[in-house]
Formats: sequence, structure tokens, C-alpha cells
Amino acid sequence: MADFETPKFREYPVVPQIKEGEMAGDGPFVSRAEFDTDLGYPGELPEDWKEKTLDKMGDLLGRYRSLQVFMDSCIKCGACTDKCHYFIGTNDPKNMPVSRQDLMRKVYRRYFTFAGKYFPKLVGAVDLTEDVLDEWYNYYHQCSECRRCSVFCPMGIDTAEVTMAAREILANVGKAQKYSNQIIQKVYKIGNNLGLPGPALEGILEDLEEEVEEDTGVPVKYNMDKEGCDALLMTPSADFFAEPHIDGLIGYGKVLHELGITWTVSSEASEAANFGLFIGSYDNIQRVSMRIREAAIKLKVKRIIFGECGHAWRVAYSFLNTLAGPFDFLDQNYPIPQHILEVTYGALQEGKLRMNKEENDHLTMTFHDSCNIARASRMGDYPGGQFDIPRAVIQAACNNFVDMDSDTIKDATFCCGGGGGLLTDDLMELRIKGALPRMEALKQVTEESGVTNIAAICAICKSQFTKTLPYYGFEMDAIMSVHQLVSEAIVMTGSEQEKDLDGTDEEEAES
Amino acid sequence: MSAFYALLFTVAFLVLIIGLTKKIIQYSRVPAPLKIPVTPAPLTKGGVAIRLAKETILFTALFRSNKWTWLFGWLFHVSLFVVLLNHLRFFIKDVPLPLVLLQNVGEYAAFTMFIGLAGLLIRRIFVARVKYISSPSDYLWLILLMVIGFSGIVMRFISHTDIVAVKEFSLGLLAFDWQALPTDFPLMVHLFLVAVLMILLPFSKLLHIPGLFFAPTRNQVDNPREERHIAPWAAELDAEKNKAQPK
Repeated sequence: MADFETPKFREYPVVPQIKEGEMAGDGPFVSRAEFDTDLGYPGELPEDWKEKTLDKMGDLLGRYRSLQVFMDSCIKCGACTDKCHYFIGTNDPKNMPVSRQDLMRKVYRRYFTFAGKYFPKLVGAVDLTEDVLDEWYNYYHQCSECRRCSVFCPMGIDTAEVTMAAREILANVGKAQKYSNQIIQKVYKIGNNLGLPGPALEGILEDLEEEVEEDTGVPVKYNMDKEGCDALLMTPSADFFAEPHIDGLIGYGKVLHELGITWTVSSEASEAANFGLFIGSYDNIQRVSMRIREAAIKLKVKRIIFGECGHAWRVAYSFLNTLAGPFDFLDQNYPIPQHILEVTYGALQEGKLRMNKEENDHLTMTFHDSCNIARASRMGDYPGGQFDIPRAVIQAACNNFVDMDSDTIKDATFCCGGGGGLLTDDLMELRIKGALPRMEALKQVTEESGVTNIAAICAICKSQFTKTLPYYGFEMDAIMSVHQLVSEAIVMTGSEQEKDLDGTDEEEAES
Repeated sequence: MSAFYALLFTVAFLVLIIGLTKKIIQYSRVPAPLKIPVTPAPLTKGGVAIRLAKETILFTALFRSNKWTWLFGWLFHVSLFVVLLNHLRFFIKDVPLPLVLLQNVGEYAAFTMFIGLAGLLIRRIFVARVKYISSPSDYLWLILLMVIGFSGIVMRFISHTDIVAVKEFSLGLLAFDWQALPTDFPLMVHLFLVAVLMILLPFSKLLHIPGLFFAPTRNQVDNPREERHIAPWAAELDAEKNKAQPK
């Protein structure tokens, strides 16, 4: 299949030995001018690339406190060195978070600090050459911006911030990544990452309506571009056709229907994902975000609800108000924006949803915390709600739930291996190897607790697991959406499921 | 010799204060355009103060990360803190009671500081991953601090220095009234390296001292839905965009 070996499960999770140069290479496909220019990048290496690189670096150092402080404050203590899933899976020391940061820090020291200008060898500063840029391109595309290292760093250094800055600098000298830029361009031209045009989307949603009505006897609506609904649903476009994503979308529809919340998707903003985050471009994150504001105004909704997508929720929760706010035209009685899990959880708390957990009795679930939700956002009204709410919803829909090892969940969760703009076939080796720590934790609970399936709330995690699970000896459909479980268990008012449970004689039930 | 040291410390003090102030001004001027606290994060400013205090005093993240590094690192920093407090007596004419009481503990802190540093150095040399990320300066800092600590121990326990004279020198420095300094070899080494450390601090990784408090990942409040967060340059950018495309 591919010219690399799937890593073997380790008997004990010992810290790997370093193997220098293990993942050296050219990195993912470089973008072409046709994808770049619309995003504001030159698309080719300019003659004065060195000057441009340093200028952009200086510019970003002056714009992002995170970058400036993080370049200075690393003490090389080594706390992060065994925390990155890509290092654990590949053994390449340049995948240790501090080494990844150092690729840029060495250049920062050489050109922006006294010590590096005059004593480069002493502090490990290097000259900026084309080889250095190539090495940046390769290794800054082996980081999924998952922030696991930042949890363990005594200085709070977040490698994701450095990776984003590096990618932004690279893009400005014609070394952008094709996968991310092509996708962003599709968002601008067509409205979503997958390039699904409006009519195709409408067809899919109509089919879903038919399918759900056939299954349940309830006419659940999956609207597109319908003005005047209560809510605009922003969901990753994978939810419109990929498995198991679409089963989650079916679930959102059932929950919202049962709660009497009318909703619509927008054909122009038919994508919750925001790859602007991955390439570290403030302009592009903002431009992608503005579509949501414009769609909400155009469709005259009162609320914005986000579906299951990890980085989309980071951008929505943490940045949307900054980038596309203020949202004074929406109903202020609801969180802006709100996560579908917050909606479902709140309704469960209030006893507004009837669940028949037996529907999922054949499953024993575990839950994969997605990095951007775990470490870069929140759900509910207290810190850590992002861990409890999905688990509570799963447990409301399924009787059997077991958590994986505590070092691999919640804010210590391991990335699926495909986040941060790396979910592309040209990085398959990295994706498979980077999945190792998560697969090991899953293996443990399957053996010790009989776990059959793993649920996630991120489109990238779901797609990545569909690919990686078979490499590690699991079934590819072991990955499920959280709202897929909800969809199976929910008993909507007036549905066939309700009749089955309560008996067909309605008069008897009433008396 | 006394004049050289007096001058050296005056310069070192100025470099340290000016250098550090410039860095702190730089850190506070560079905006943080987006909300990026590592979550779960506190919802209030008070909560952030507690989070930072725990990181500063207990090294909570490091504790979660690696128990050996935490043990040696924490031992070194806490010992250094006690040692520095103990040295305040050289700058205060009538030593207050708490400092007098601290003296006995303080003397042993020099040893624990040395042990902590030695542990960190051994780790840096023998753990392959840490060795891989180390530059010459990373070793030199540890060695510099160890020599400072060791020369201090020598003066206190082996070859005593006339600390009354040292105190007259240090008090004289504060009053711009330069006094003679004893010329014992350990003292010369000790003071020279302390001055070197003070001069290099603003240009080195010792900037982690102010850096810790400026990391947006740790010092931001988790309230982006409730309060709109806008950095100055981002606001300017928005204004320009609105001008370019009037609604």
C-alpha cells in the first residue's frame, strides 16, 4: 500500500529513542500560484526571498505577543520532548516540540537578538538559507497545531503559534501548502471545503429528509437557505456525505426538530471549517469567518449553532466574536455561537429529550477528545465543560462507556494524527505514524474493557480514524459521531420508535 | 580592584534594569490579537492570577510533565529564592528579624541549590532528548550558577570571608560611596560571575522570568463569547476594510 511500516504497538509506553533524519524530506505538495494569489500570497519564491522572510518574521514578531515571548522564553528544559504524537510515532527528534520551535528560534536569534548576532555558535543561532526554509516547510507540516506540548510547558509555550507563524512566513515567499490553500480557495469560490455546489447540497439534504421520515415517520426538516429560521447551522461539509459524519448530521436534525428549533444551512457558508487557522493567516481566518456573519444576516436567523468540528469550534468559540462580531443582531439569550452539544446537553438536563439507550446496547463506547475543543475552547459555563458535556451526551445515549487512559484524554488528549491541515494523502506516512499513541490507548480499552467503538466530535478526527484504524487492526467503522449515537437512541414525539416503546394503543397510554 | 568591582556592579545593575525594562515594555506593547488561553482556563482575572501564581510558585505544568525535571528545577529555584532573600542582609543596614531567623535555613539552601543544578546538568548530559536540544549556552548557564553557588559555599563554610567588609562595600554601592572590598579569591569569583549573570540576563533565555507572565496561553481569561477581544492593529485592519468596502 505505501512504502512505510505501520508502527508496532509498544509493550509499555516508554519514551522512544531518537532517530535523526527519520522524517527528513520535502514535505507535502507545495501550492501553486493559482491557489495562492486569491489568498494574498505570491505563489513563487521571489528573488529577494531572504529579505522578505526576515521582514515577515519581524512583522509577525511585532503583531503576535505569543510569538515574541515564545521565541525568548524557552529554557530547553525538555519537558515537551516526549509529548508530541508525531515524535512518539516517528522518533524524529525534529518532531520534539522544542526542536520544531528551534527551527525558527535559531533564525530569530541570529537576526533579532544581540547574542545570536555576535555569538551565534554559543546560542545555536543559524543563518537563513534556502535549506533552512525547506527544513521549515517539511517540519512545520509535521505539526498538527494540537497544543498538547503547551499543556506541559512550564512557560506555556504553544508550538502551534510558532507553526502558524512559520507557515504564514513560508506562504509569503511562495512556499504555501497545496492542500490547505486549495481548500480555502474552494471555500471562497464555492462555499465549502469539498467544493459541493448549492444544488448538490440541496439534493443531499432532501434525500436525508426522506430517509429520516422513512425510518421514524417524522418529517424532520433539513433546510438550505431558508430565511427566518431560528438558527443557522454551521457544520463541516464532510457532514453532508462522509461516513460517519453524516449520521451525526442526521442526529442534529432530530434533536433540533424535537426541541422545536427551526434551522437552516447556508449554501454560501456551507462550511464550518476554517483552514485559515491552519495556515496561520489572520486575514484568511477573518475572511472565512465573515461568511458566517453575512449568512446569518442574510437568512435572518436568531442563533448560530455549530456542528461537530474541532478547529471550527475553536475559531467559532474563541475567535468569531473578535473576527466577525459584534453579533448584536442575534438573540442574546443564547451563547453566540453555540455548540450542538450544548444544545443537546441542555435539553437532556431539562428532560426535553427522550432517549432509548437500549438501541445502543450492542456498543461499548469510548470518547476521543479532539485537540481544538479540549485545549483551545470550552463548552458550557465552567472550565472543563468541553470534557464533561460530550461524555454526558454519550452516556445519555448509550449504557456502556469507558474512558481511555487518563494520560491520553481531556487536556492531555493525543491528536488523531491528521489535524492542522495535514489530512492529505501526500502525508499518509506521517498520519499513520502520528496516530500511534491514540491507537495504543484505544487498543488498551478494547482489550481490558471490551470497548467496541470510539466516538469523536471533529470531522478531521473522524476522517483520519476511518483511514488509520485499519492500519492498526481495527474496523474502519469503529469511529462514530456523538450525534450518531444520539440519533440512534432519540425517541422523537410521534415517531415509530415512540409507538414501539409505548405500545400502539395510544388511548390506553393516555388513560 | 575594589573600584573595578564597584564599577562592574554599577554597570551590571544598569544593564539588568534597563535591559529587562526594555524587554518588558516590548512584551506589553506587542498585542495579542486573538484569545488563545490553553483550556481549561480560568473565567476571571482572579482565576488567572491563581493560575499564574501556581505556575510560578509550584511549577504545576512541569510537575505534570516530568517529575525528575520538576524535582531538580523546583529545588534549584526555591533554593535560589531563599539564598537571594538571605543576601538581602548585605543591602539592609539593620537586618530585620525575619531575615535573621532565615539565616540558618538559608545556609543550607546553597547546598540544595547546588544539588538541583547538578541534577539538571546530569539530565542535560545523559538524557538523549535533552542533550539533543542543548546549545553550549544551556550548559554554561548551569555551570555558571553552580560555580556561583559553590564559591558561596566555600566562603561560608571553608575559607571565611570578612562579610562585615563585604557589607560595607555593598551598602557603599547603594550610597555611591565606594568602599574597599576584601580580595579573597572565592569572593572575587563569586561576585564577578554574579555580575556576568546580571549583564547577560536580558539577552538570554533567562528572559523566561518575565516571559512566563506574558504568555497569552496562560494569562488570558477564557471569556471570548462574553467579551469581544480586539487588538489595536486588528481594529485598524477592520477600519481599513470597512473603508474599502462601504456597506
